[in-house]
Amino acid sequence: MTSATTLSSALPVEHRDRLMRLAREVSFEAGTRVFEEGRRADRFWIIRTGTVLLDLHVPGRRAAVIESLGHGELLGWSWHYAPYVWQLGAEALSPVRAWEFDAGTVRALCAQDAEFGRSIATWVGRVVAHRLQASRMRLLDLYAPYGSGSPA
Amino acid sequence: MNDLPVPHLVTGVRRETADTVSITLAPAGAEALEPFAPGQFAMVYAFGVGEIPVSVSRIGRRELVHTVRAVGAVSAALCALRPGARVGLRGPFGTGWELERARGRDVVVVAGGIGLAPLRPLVLAALDTRRAHGRLNLLIGARTREDLPYADQVRAWAHSHGALHCGATVDRPSPGWWGHVGLVTTLLNEARFVPENSTAYVCGPEVMIRATARDLLHRGVRADRIRVSLERNMRCATGHCGHCQLGGVLLCRDGPVIGWDRAASLLDVREL
Repeated sequence: MTSATTLSSALPVEHRDRLMRLAREVSFEAGTRVFEEGRRADRFWIIRTGTVLLDLHVPGRRAAVIESLGHGELLGWSWHYAPYVWQLGAEALSPVRAWEFDAGTVRALCAQDAEFGRSIATWVGRVVAHRLQASRMRLLDLYAPYGSGSPA
Repeated sequence: MNDLPVPHLVTGVRRETADTVSITLAPAGAEALEPFAPGQFAMVYAFGVGEIPVSVSRIGRRELVHTVRAVGAVSAALCALRPGARVGLRGPFGTGWELERARGRDVVVVAGGIGLAPLRPLVLAALDTRRAHGRLNLLIGARTREDLPYADQVRAWAHSHGALHCGATVDRPSPGWWGHVGLVTTLLNEARFVPENSTAYVCGPEVMIRATARDLLHRGVRADRIRVSLERNMRCATGHCGHCQLGGVLLCRDGPVIGWDRAASLLDVREL
Protein backbone atom coordinates (compact mmCIF):
# COMPACT_ATOMS: atom_id res chain seq x y z
CA MET A 1 0.00 0.00 0.00
CA THR A 2 1.58 3.26 -1.09
CA SER A 3 0.54 6.82 -1.74
CA ALA A 4 2.11 9.14 -4.29
CA THR A 5 3.81 11.19 -1.61
CA THR A 6 5.36 8.60 0.69
CA LEU A 7 9.09 8.12 0.38
CA SER A 8 8.82 4.49 -0.66
CA SER A 9 6.93 5.34 -3.84
CA ALA A 10 8.11 8.87 -4.56
CA LEU A 11 11.87 8.32 -4.99
CA PRO A 12 13.80 5.87 -7.17
CA VAL A 13 15.40 3.15 -5.07
CA GLU A 14 18.92 4.42 -5.71
CA HIS A 15 18.08 7.94 -4.54
CA ARG A 16 16.02 6.69 -1.63
CA ASP A 17 18.94 4.60 -0.41
CA ARG A 18 21.25 7.55 -0.80
CA LEU A 19 18.92 9.76 1.22
CA MET A 20 18.40 7.14 3.90
CA ARG A 21 22.16 6.89 4.46
CA LEU A 22 21.88 10.42 5.87
CA ALA A 23 19.01 9.52 8.21
CA ARG A 24 19.22 9.59 11.98
CA GLU A 25 16.69 7.86 14.20
CA VAL A 26 14.91 10.19 16.60
CA SER A 27 11.86 10.03 18.83
CA PHE A 28 9.60 12.66 20.36
CA GLU A 29 7.42 12.39 23.43
CA ALA A 30 3.79 13.36 23.04
CA GLY A 31 3.50 17.14 23.38
CA THR A 32 7.03 17.88 22.13
CA ARG A 33 7.31 20.94 19.88
CA VAL A 34 9.22 19.64 16.87
CA PHE A 35 9.63 23.05 15.23
CA GLU A 36 8.23 26.55 15.51
CA GLU A 37 6.76 28.81 12.86
CA GLY A 38 9.23 31.52 11.80
CA ARG A 39 12.34 29.64 12.93
CA ARG A 40 15.10 28.41 10.66
CA ALA A 41 14.17 25.23 8.79
CA ASP A 42 17.40 23.30 9.19
CA ARG A 43 16.03 19.75 9.40
CA PHE A 44 13.21 17.57 8.16
CA TRP A 45 11.74 14.23 9.13
CA ILE A 46 9.96 11.19 7.75
CA ILE A 47 7.50 9.88 10.30
CA ARG A 48 7.81 6.19 11.08
CA THR A 49 5.17 5.89 13.81
CA GLY A 50 2.90 8.30 15.64
CA THR A 51 1.16 11.49 14.67
CA VAL A 52 2.38 15.09 14.38
CA LEU A 53 0.08 18.10 14.28
CA LEU A 54 0.88 21.11 12.10
CA ASP A 55 -0.34 24.37 13.56
CA LEU A 56 -0.51 28.07 12.86
CA HIS A 57 0.14 30.66 15.54
CA VAL A 58 -2.89 32.85 16.18
CA PRO A 59 -1.95 35.82 18.39
CA GLY A 60 -3.76 35.79 21.70
CA ARG A 61 -5.35 32.40 21.08
CA ARG A 62 -4.55 28.73 21.09
CA ALA A 63 -2.61 27.69 17.96
CA ALA A 64 -4.93 26.55 15.15
CA VAL A 65 -4.28 22.97 14.09
CA ILE A 66 -4.17 22.75 10.30
CA GLU A 67 -3.39 19.13 9.58
CA SER A 68 -2.02 15.96 11.08
CA LEU A 69 0.71 13.81 9.55
CA GLY A 70 1.38 10.15 10.18
CA HIS A 71 3.24 7.08 9.05
CA GLY A 72 5.48 7.52 6.00
CA GLU A 73 4.81 11.21 5.55
CA LEU A 74 7.31 14.02 5.11
CA LEU A 75 7.36 16.40 8.05
CA GLY A 76 8.61 19.76 6.83
CA TRP A 77 9.22 21.11 3.34
CA SER A 78 10.32 24.69 4.13
CA TRP A 79 13.92 23.46 4.37
CA HIS A 80 13.88 22.94 0.59
CA TYR A 81 12.91 26.47 -0.45
CA ALA A 82 14.50 29.79 0.42
CA PRO A 83 14.29 31.55 2.83
CA TYR A 84 14.34 28.18 4.71
CA VAL A 85 11.97 29.32 7.42
CA TRP A 86 9.17 27.16 8.89
CA GLN A 87 5.76 28.30 7.68
CA LEU A 88 3.92 26.35 10.41
CA GLY A 89 4.66 24.88 13.82
CA ALA A 90 4.67 21.15 14.59
CA GLU A 91 3.85 19.21 17.74
CA ALA A 92 3.86 15.49 18.48
CA LEU A 93 0.32 14.37 19.27
CA SER A 94 1.48 10.94 20.35
CA PRO A 95 4.91 9.38 20.90
CA VAL A 96 6.63 9.72 17.53
CA ARG A 97 9.51 7.81 15.95
CA ALA A 98 11.01 9.40 12.86
CA TRP A 99 13.97 9.55 10.53
CA GLU A 100 15.66 12.93 10.87
CA PHE A 101 17.72 14.59 8.11
CA ASP A 102 20.03 17.58 8.19
CA ALA A 103 18.67 20.00 5.60
CA GLY A 104 22.02 21.60 4.76
CA THR A 105 23.62 18.23 4.02
CA VAL A 106 20.73 17.15 1.76
CA ARG A 107 20.67 20.48 -0.05
CA ALA A 108 24.43 20.23 -0.64
CA LEU A 109 24.01 16.73 -2.05
CA CYS A 110 21.24 18.01 -4.32
CA ALA A 111 23.57 20.72 -5.60
CA GLN A 112 26.36 18.19 -6.27
CA ASP A 113 24.21 15.59 -8.02
CA ALA A 114 21.60 17.04 -10.39
CA GLU A 115 19.74 13.72 -10.80
CA PHE A 116 19.44 13.24 -7.07
CA GLY A 117 18.48 16.89 -6.67
CA ARG A 118 15.73 16.54 -9.28
CA SER A 119 14.32 13.47 -7.53
CA ILE A 120 14.23 15.25 -4.20
CA ALA A 121 12.67 18.36 -5.75
CA THR A 122 10.01 16.25 -7.48
CA TRP A 123 9.20 14.43 -4.25
CA VAL A 124 8.96 17.58 -2.14
CA GLY A 125 7.00 19.36 -4.87
CA ARG A 126 4.56 16.46 -5.06
CA VAL A 127 4.06 16.60 -1.28
CA VAL A 128 3.42 20.36 -1.43
CA ALA A 129 1.01 19.96 -4.37
CA HIS A 130 -0.83 17.15 -2.61
CA ARG A 131 -1.27 19.23 0.55
CA LEU A 132 -2.34 22.26 -1.48
CA GLN A 133 -4.99 20.17 -3.23
CA ALA A 134 -6.16 18.72 0.09
CA SER A 135 -6.41 22.24 1.54
CA ARG A 136 -8.42 23.38 -1.49
CA MET A 137 -10.84 20.50 -1.07
CA ARG A 138 -11.30 21.33 2.59
CA LEU A 139 -12.11 24.90 1.55
CA LEU A 140 -15.27 23.47 -0.02
CA ASP A 141 -16.51 22.59 3.46
CA LEU A 142 -17.73 19.32 1.97
CA TYR A 143 -19.56 18.02 4.99
CA ALA A 144 -21.61 21.14 5.59
CA PRO A 145 -25.27 21.15 4.54
CA TYR A 146 -25.19 21.71 0.78
CA GLY A 147 -21.40 21.36 0.99
CA SER A 148 -19.41 21.69 -2.21
CA GLY A 149 -21.97 23.95 -3.84
CA SER A 150 -25.63 24.25 -4.57
CA PRO A 151 -27.48 21.60 -6.57
CA ALA A 152 -27.38 22.21 -10.33
CA MET B 1 -41.55 -4.32 -2.14
CA ASN B 2 -44.60 -2.15 -1.44
CA ASP B 3 -45.99 0.42 -3.82
CA LEU B 4 -47.92 2.17 -1.08
CA PRO B 5 -46.43 3.49 2.15
CA VAL B 6 -46.73 1.06 5.05
CA PRO B 7 -47.54 2.83 8.33
CA HIS B 8 -44.72 2.71 10.86
CA LEU B 9 -44.45 3.96 14.42
CA VAL B 10 -41.52 5.93 15.73
CA THR B 11 -40.27 3.85 18.65
CA GLY B 12 -37.10 5.78 19.39
CA VAL B 13 -35.37 9.05 18.66
CA ARG B 14 -31.70 9.77 19.21
CA ARG B 15 -30.00 13.06 18.46
CA GLU B 16 -26.67 12.37 16.75
CA THR B 17 -25.45 15.92 16.03
CA ALA B 18 -26.92 19.42 16.08
CA ASP B 19 -28.82 18.79 12.83
CA THR B 20 -28.95 15.00 12.61
CA VAL B 21 -31.31 12.56 14.29
CA SER B 22 -31.67 8.77 14.20
CA ILE B 23 -35.26 7.56 14.31
CA THR B 24 -36.20 3.97 15.03
CA LEU B 25 -39.27 2.71 13.18
CA ALA B 26 -41.40 -0.40 13.66
CA PRO B 27 -44.44 -1.53 11.68
CA ALA B 28 -47.63 -0.03 13.10
CA GLY B 29 -49.67 -3.10 12.17
CA ALA B 30 -49.33 -6.60 10.82
CA GLU B 31 -47.99 -5.47 7.47
CA ALA B 32 -44.21 -5.18 7.33
CA LEU B 33 -41.67 -4.41 4.65
CA GLU B 34 -39.37 -7.05 3.22
CA PRO B 35 -35.92 -7.24 4.84
CA PHE B 36 -33.45 -4.50 3.94
CA ALA B 37 -29.84 -5.12 2.97
CA PRO B 38 -27.08 -2.70 4.04
CA GLY B 39 -26.88 0.12 1.52
CA GLN B 40 -30.52 -0.01 0.45
CA PHE B 41 -32.91 2.83 1.14
CA ALA B 42 -36.54 3.44 1.98
CA MET B 43 -38.87 6.22 0.90
CA VAL B 44 -39.91 7.79 4.18
CA TYR B 45 -43.14 9.73 4.14
CA ALA B 46 -43.71 12.48 6.70
CA PHE B 47 -47.50 12.64 6.48
CA GLY B 48 -48.71 15.99 5.25
CA VAL B 49 -45.20 17.18 4.35
CA GLY B 50 -43.64 14.87 1.79
CA GLU B 51 -41.50 11.86 1.05
CA ILE B 52 -37.71 11.50 0.81
CA PRO B 53 -35.25 8.65 0.31
CA VAL B 54 -33.30 7.67 3.42
CA SER B 55 -30.80 4.83 3.74
CA VAL B 56 -31.06 2.40 6.61
CA SER B 57 -28.45 3.03 9.28
CA ARG B 58 -29.30 -0.06 11.34
CA ILE B 59 -31.31 -3.13 10.50
CA GLY B 60 -33.09 -4.95 13.30
CA ARG B 61 -35.40 -7.93 13.18
CA ARG B 62 -38.53 -5.78 13.14
CA GLU B 63 -37.12 -2.30 13.54
CA LEU B 64 -35.24 -0.07 11.14
CA VAL B 65 -33.12 2.93 12.07
CA HIS B 66 -32.87 5.87 9.69
CA THR B 67 -30.44 8.71 10.31
CA VAL B 68 -31.76 11.96 8.92
CA ARG B 69 -30.09 15.33 8.57
CA ALA B 70 -32.42 18.32 8.66
CA VAL B 71 -31.65 20.10 5.39
CA GLY B 72 -35.15 20.55 3.91
CA ALA B 73 -38.82 20.60 4.80
CA VAL B 74 -39.34 16.82 4.86
CA SER B 75 -36.07 15.97 6.59
CA ALA B 76 -36.70 18.70 9.19
CA ALA B 77 -40.17 17.25 9.82
CA LEU B 78 -38.67 13.77 10.27
CA CYS B 79 -36.06 15.12 12.66
CA ALA B 80 -38.82 16.70 14.75
CA LEU B 81 -40.74 13.43 15.21
CA ARG B 82 -41.22 12.06 18.69
CA PRO B 83 -41.85 8.46 19.83
CA GLY B 84 -45.40 7.42 18.99
CA ALA B 85 -45.54 9.46 15.79
CA ARG B 86 -46.41 7.73 12.53
CA VAL B 87 -44.65 7.78 9.18
CA GLY B 88 -45.14 5.90 5.93
CA LEU B 89 -42.41 3.67 4.59
CA ARG B 90 -41.83 2.17 1.12
CA GLY B 91 -39.00 -0.14 0.27
CA PRO B 92 -36.52 -1.68 0.30
CA PHE B 93 -35.16 0.04 -2.80
CA GLY B 94 -31.96 -0.01 -4.78
CA THR B 95 -28.76 -1.98 -4.69
CA GLY B 96 -26.93 -2.79 -1.47
CA TRP B 97 -23.26 -2.74 -0.55
CA GLU B 98 -23.00 -6.49 -1.19
CA LEU B 99 -20.52 -7.47 1.49
CA GLU B 100 -20.26 -10.91 -0.10
CA ARG B 101 -18.08 -9.28 -2.79
CA ALA B 102 -15.42 -8.86 -0.11
CA ARG B 103 -15.32 -12.51 0.90
CA GLY B 104 -11.71 -13.49 1.58
CA ARG B 105 -10.47 -9.94 1.03
CA ASP B 106 -9.50 -6.98 3.19
CA VAL B 107 -12.34 -4.51 3.62
CA VAL B 108 -11.88 -0.73 3.49
CA VAL B 109 -14.90 1.35 4.45
CA VAL B 110 -14.53 5.10 3.89
CA ALA B 111 -17.23 7.45 5.15
CA GLY B 112 -17.58 11.20 4.79
CA GLY B 113 -19.88 13.01 7.24
CA ILE B 114 -23.42 11.65 7.25
CA GLY B 115 -22.20 9.11 4.67
CA LEU B 116 -21.37 6.96 7.68
CA ALA B 117 -25.11 6.29 8.14
CA PRO B 118 -25.63 3.90 5.20
CA LEU B 119 -22.23 2.32 5.88
CA ARG B 120 -22.94 1.48 9.52
CA PRO B 121 -25.03 -1.65 8.78
CA LEU B 122 -22.23 -2.82 6.49
CA VAL B 123 -19.64 -2.39 9.24
CA LEU B 124 -21.86 -4.21 11.75
CA ALA B 125 -22.46 -7.03 9.25
CA ALA B 126 -18.72 -7.28 8.56
CA LEU B 127 -18.02 -7.49 12.30
CA ASP B 128 -20.62 -10.24 12.60
CA THR B 129 -18.99 -12.22 9.79
CA ARG B 130 -15.38 -11.27 10.42
CA ARG B 131 -13.99 -14.72 9.64
CA ALA B 132 -15.29 -14.44 6.08
CA HIS B 133 -13.10 -11.41 5.39
CA GLY B 134 -9.57 -10.18 5.81
CA ARG B 135 -8.73 -7.09 7.83
CA LEU B 136 -11.53 -4.61 8.36
CA ASN B 137 -10.88 -0.84 8.17
CA LEU B 138 -13.27 2.01 8.86
CA LEU B 139 -12.03 5.50 7.94
CA ILE B 140 -14.23 8.48 8.74
CA GLY B 141 -14.02 12.14 7.78
CA ALA B 142 -16.17 14.84 9.36
CA ARG B 143 -16.31 18.60 9.58
CA THR B 144 -15.77 18.75 13.34
CA ARG B 145 -15.94 16.39 16.29
CA GLU B 146 -19.43 17.69 16.99
CA ASP B 147 -20.53 16.71 13.46
CA LEU B 148 -19.40 13.11 13.79
CA PRO B 149 -22.46 10.82 13.84
CA TYR B 150 -22.54 7.87 16.25
CA ALA B 151 -19.68 9.53 18.13
CA ASP B 152 -19.75 7.10 21.08
CA GLN B 153 -19.74 4.06 18.82
CA VAL B 154 -16.97 5.48 16.62
CA ARG B 155 -14.82 6.31 19.62
CA ALA B 156 -15.33 2.80 20.99
CA TRP B 157 -14.40 1.31 17.64
CA ALA B 158 -11.34 3.56 17.35
CA HIS B 159 -10.05 2.51 20.77
CA SER B 160 -10.97 -1.16 20.56
CA HIS B 161 -7.76 -2.23 18.75
CA GLY B 162 -9.61 -5.38 17.86
CA ALA B 163 -10.98 -6.75 14.65
CA LEU B 164 -11.66 -3.28 13.29
CA HIS B 165 -9.07 -0.64 12.47
CA CYS B 166 -10.96 2.63 12.87
CA GLY B 167 -9.53 6.05 12.12
CA ALA B 168 -11.27 9.40 12.10
CA THR B 169 -10.28 12.82 10.87
CA VAL B 170 -11.90 16.24 11.00
CA ASP B 171 -11.46 19.43 9.03
CA ARG B 172 -11.51 21.60 12.14
CA PRO B 173 -10.40 20.13 15.46
CA SER B 174 -11.95 21.33 18.69
CA PRO B 175 -10.41 20.89 22.15
CA GLY B 176 -10.47 17.25 23.18
CA TRP B 177 -10.46 15.91 19.63
CA TRP B 178 -8.66 12.55 19.68
CA GLY B 179 -8.20 11.78 15.97
CA HIS B 180 -6.52 13.20 12.90
CA VAL B 181 -6.92 16.53 11.10
CA GLY B 182 -7.23 16.65 7.32
CA LEU B 183 -8.81 14.87 4.39
CA VAL B 184 -10.17 11.39 4.94
CA THR B 185 -7.86 10.01 2.24
CA THR B 186 -4.84 10.63 4.49
CA LEU B 187 -6.18 7.89 6.76
CA LEU B 188 -5.50 5.36 4.00
CA ASN B 189 -1.79 5.58 4.86
CA GLU B 190 -2.43 3.92 8.22
CA ALA B 191 -5.13 1.51 7.12
CA ARG B 192 -4.28 -2.20 7.10
CA PHE B 193 -5.03 -3.64 3.70
CA VAL B 194 -3.44 -5.17 0.65
CA PRO B 195 -4.85 -3.09 -2.21
CA GLU B 196 -4.72 -5.89 -4.77
CA ASN B 197 -6.83 -8.05 -2.45
CA SER B 198 -9.26 -5.50 -1.05
CA THR B 199 -12.83 -4.37 -1.54
CA ALA B 200 -13.68 -0.78 -0.66
CA TYR B 201 -17.01 0.82 0.21
CA VAL B 202 -17.25 4.60 0.00
CA CYS B 203 -20.04 7.03 0.86
CA GLY B 204 -20.03 10.78 1.37
CA PRO B 205 -20.08 13.99 -0.69
CA GLU B 206 -19.27 13.18 -4.29
CA VAL B 207 -16.07 15.23 -4.32
CA MET B 208 -14.90 13.13 -1.40
CA ILE B 209 -16.02 9.91 -3.15
CA ARG B 210 -14.06 10.84 -6.25
CA ALA B 211 -10.90 11.76 -4.34
CA THR B 212 -11.10 8.56 -2.30
CA ALA B 213 -11.74 6.31 -5.30
CA ARG B 214 -8.83 7.84 -7.22
CA ASP B 215 -6.53 7.36 -4.23
CA LEU B 216 -7.63 3.75 -3.83
CA LEU B 217 -7.11 3.14 -7.54
CA HIS B 218 -3.63 4.66 -7.37
CA ARG B 219 -2.79 2.32 -4.51
CA GLY B 220 -3.88 -0.67 -6.57
CA VAL B 221 -7.50 -1.42 -5.64
CA ARG B 222 -9.45 -2.59 -8.71
CA ALA B 223 -12.14 -0.17 -9.94
CA ASP B 224 -14.88 -2.79 -9.82
CA ARG B 225 -13.98 -3.52 -6.21
CA ILE B 226 -14.56 0.08 -5.17
CA ARG B 227 -18.28 0.32 -4.34
CA VAL B 228 -19.66 3.84 -4.03
CA SER B 229 -23.10 5.15 -3.09
CA LEU B 230 -24.42 7.98 -5.24
CA GLU B 231 -27.39 10.20 -4.63
CA ARG B 232 -29.69 12.13 -6.91
CA ASN B 233 -33.25 13.37 -6.65
CA MET B 234 -35.12 10.12 -6.06
CA ARG B 235 -38.89 10.46 -6.30
CA CYS B 236 -40.67 7.25 -7.37
CA ALA B 237 -37.84 4.90 -6.30
CA THR B 238 -39.07 2.36 -8.84
CA GLY B 239 -37.18 3.46 -11.94
CA HIS B 240 -40.11 5.13 -13.67
CA CYS B 241 -40.01 8.89 -13.14
CA GLY B 242 -36.42 9.47 -14.23
CA HIS B 243 -35.62 12.15 -11.65
CA CYS B 244 -32.60 10.22 -10.42
CA GLN B 245 -31.15 9.54 -13.84
CA LEU B 246 -27.38 9.89 -14.06
CA GLY B 247 -26.17 9.10 -17.56
CA GLY B 248 -27.64 5.73 -18.43
CA VAL B 249 -28.21 4.83 -14.80
CA LEU B 250 -31.41 5.24 -12.78
CA LEU B 251 -29.89 5.48 -9.33
CA CYS B 252 -33.03 4.44 -7.44
CA ARG B 253 -33.07 1.12 -9.31
CA ASP B 254 -29.51 0.54 -10.62
CA GLY B 255 -27.94 2.26 -7.59
CA PRO B 256 -27.45 3.86 -5.22
CA VAL B 257 -24.48 1.53 -4.78
CA ILE B 258 -22.49 0.93 -7.97
CA GLY B 259 -18.91 0.05 -8.82
CA TRP B 260 -16.35 2.74 -9.55
CA ASP B 261 -15.81 1.15 -12.97
CA ARG B 262 -19.30 2.50 -13.84
CA ALA B 263 -19.41 5.55 -11.58
CA ALA B 264 -16.13 7.21 -12.63
CA SER B 265 -17.32 8.39 -16.02
CA LEU B 266 -20.72 9.45 -14.63
CA LEU B 267 -19.10 11.79 -12.13
CA ASP B 268 -16.90 13.37 -14.81
CA VAL B 269 -19.95 14.84 -16.56
CA ARG B 270 -20.47 18.50 -15.76
CA GLU B 271 -24.01 19.40 -14.72
CA LEU B 272 -25.84 22.02 -16.73
